[in-house]
Amino acid sequence: MGFPAVKIAVCIKRTPDSESRFRIAASGAAIDETGLKFDMDDFAGYAVEAALQLNEKSGGGETVVYAVGPDNVQETLRKAMSMGAERAVHLTAESVVDGIAIARALAAELKSGGYDLVMFGKHAFDSSAGVVGTATAELLGVPCVTAASELSVADGKGLARRELEGAAEMVSFTLPAVVTIDEGVARPRYPSLKGIMAAKKKPLESKPAQLGTVRVTVTRMELPPERPAGRILGEGTAAIPELVRLLQNEAKVI
Amino acid sequence: MANVLVFAETRNGDVRKIALEAVTAGRTLADASGGGEVHALLAGPAGIGAKAPQLATHGADAVIVVESADFATYARESLAATLAERAKSGGYRAVVLGFSAQGRDLGPRVAARLDAPIASDVTEFAVSGDAITVKHPGYANKVIMTLTLTGTPVVLSIRPSAFTAVESPKAGRVEQGAASPAIGATITVTEVKEGAKGRPDLGEAQIIISGGRGLKAKENFKLIEDLADAFGNAAVGATRAVTDDGWRPHADQIGQTGRQVSPQLYVAVGISGAIQHLAGMRSSKTIVAINKDKEAPIFKVADYGIVGDVLEIIPALTAAVREARKGH
Ligand SMILES: Cc1cc2nc3c(=O)[nH]c(=O)nc-3n(C[C@H](O)[C@H](O)[C@H](O)COP(=O)(O)OP(=O)(O)OC[C@H]3O[C@@H](n4cnc5c(N)ncnc54)[C@H](O)[C@@H]3O)c2cc1C
Ligand SMILES: Nc1ncnc2c1ncn2[C@@H]1O[C@H](COP(=O)(O)O)[C@@H](O)[C@H]1O
Repeated sequence: MGFPAVKIAVCIKRTPDSESRFRIAASGAAIDETGLKFDMDDFAGYAVEAALQLNEKSGGGETVVYAVGPDNVQETLRKAMSMGAERAVHLTAESVVDGIAIARALAAELKSGGYDLVMFGKHAFDSSAGVVGTATAELLGVPCVTAASELSVADGKGLARRELEGAAEMVSFTLPAVVTIDEGVARPRYPSLKGIMAAKKKPLESKPAQLGTVRVTVTRMELPPERPAGRILGEGTAAIPELVRLLQNEAKVI
Repeated sequence: MANVLVFAETRNGDVRKIALEAVTAGRTLADASGGGEVHALLAGPAGIGAKAPQLATHGADAVIVVESADFATYARESLAATLAERAKSGGYRAVVLGFSAQGRDLGPRVAARLDAPIASDVTEFAVSGDAITVKHPGYANKVIMTLTLTGTPVVLSIRPSAFTAVESPKAGRVEQGAASPAIGATITVTEVKEGAKGRPDLGEAQIIISGGRGLKAKENFKLIEDLADAFGNAAVGATRAVTDDGWRPHADQIGQTGRQVSPQLYVAVGISGAIQHLAGMRSSKTIVAINKDKEAPIFKVADYGIVGDVLEIIPALTAAVREARKGH
């Protein structure tokens, strides 16, 4: 029994490196991008890797990557192609935060793609929202399994595991389907030099995104209040009585 | 006048804390929109209606009980259809859900069906004319975004513990509603694996004891379990280093790619305090860190720190906490 060949689309986002220190831009409604490193969103990276592995197992299929955004997302699409995706589609738009509008643009494009699976990250680092994948599925009218931490495909069906709060759920679903990927499915590979060279020649198509009406905008951004500097109470077990006293009298949690 | 529809999440036949928080948040939103009713949709298998009074006394003017055998497991497609149908026919200003595992899954489904704007993981909101503005921590809690949503209805999913459930003196009425079938439902739950019993969920726990690689071995998590027991009703968390090594299940991971928590007390044991871990716990009320390296970044966010070997300190701390809580 071999694995079935699946045609997969993965929607990926370009986000700043999560280790960055952020500053707010002069407008007060954006982050200051000077000096920030950008890369593929972490969960979207897991999705790309999971797609490539499904294709490698079957020895067939195809992985196509999609991104909605300004021209700089082409870098991220090339990165996915250097990991192994066959081709890319760039839907051009100014940066948008309205997840439903992004989903509209992706669904309009994916509708006629003939994909067995469309994969997303469970949420993007910057938006921390978890909207685009699920909304795209609804607009396409296909089943959506969110936050899958395990995924397999066999006999025209998908199987996934989802971590719930303190429990896990195993689900089976029909294809075509949308799956949003949690950590655990696969860690993204590093592109090889050969992969990077090959990606330069792979097809990247660019066309305007059909966002429709945008109804969510960022009106302000601010940094969270700093935590007051902590104190080290002491070394070793000698510090325990003081800790217990503070937990009782100051923090009032005992 | 603007009514608000709230999804009242249940689990194993009980109304969850987040459901009461969502009802109270819905109440605030209805009041801020010029007054209106809050309708809580309580869906579950036969018998779930018995839980309606809890919602009715937390600010719901009406509890709409929808009983269906379908809802014995998490029937996401028919739940989404039921919520969206109700939202359409009821002419609501907003649909409010919790940003819990279920709410994260349902919110965008409902928003897409209503073609409505959605904001996730909301910690505050305000109504200004035709717009609703919300605060939402983005960039893994490193940037607070203010988003403006225009149009009616809007979908808001609220961060657990960001809104306090408040009992209201006036009890609402209970109505019966009907489930909307999911046309061509295609997702089947084949199994639900319940996790370790007897501990609260990380999202709801007031106290979390979390362990990192400094514990040195899987077996030493017993020390963390013991400390959690000493505190009473505490949950146990872990770093990615630990879940990667299989010392703890992935579900226990706290951080940017794990759970995001803000308990009253977070005890970080043998955890270095990597930025991705801090992203999941830095909004905890009180943070305690125990680490042998006094330069460890975790001490920068800890209210109280002890420098030393966790294998020595934790058993002694457990005993001291037991002693202090005697009589509880
Ligand atoms: C994209 C991405 C996402 C990530 N997401 C997450 C996430 O969600 N959650 C997460 O936790 N991490 C995440 N990480 C990993 C993170 O960067 C760290 O590697 C991880 O948090 C480290 O775990 P740790 O503190 O247990 O281990 P270490 O960093 O190895 O720290 C162990 C600590 O224990 C101390 N120690 C050792 N022995 C003792 C002793 N006997 N007594 C006392 N102290 C001792 C050491 O001084 C050290 O500070 C992510 C990383 C990436 C790149
Ligand atoms: N502009 C975009 N272009 C392509 N994919 C996106 C875009 N924004 C979000 N996604 C995908 O949707 C996932 C969830 O994003 P979000 O709903 O913003 O949390 C991401 O992990 C990506 O896989």
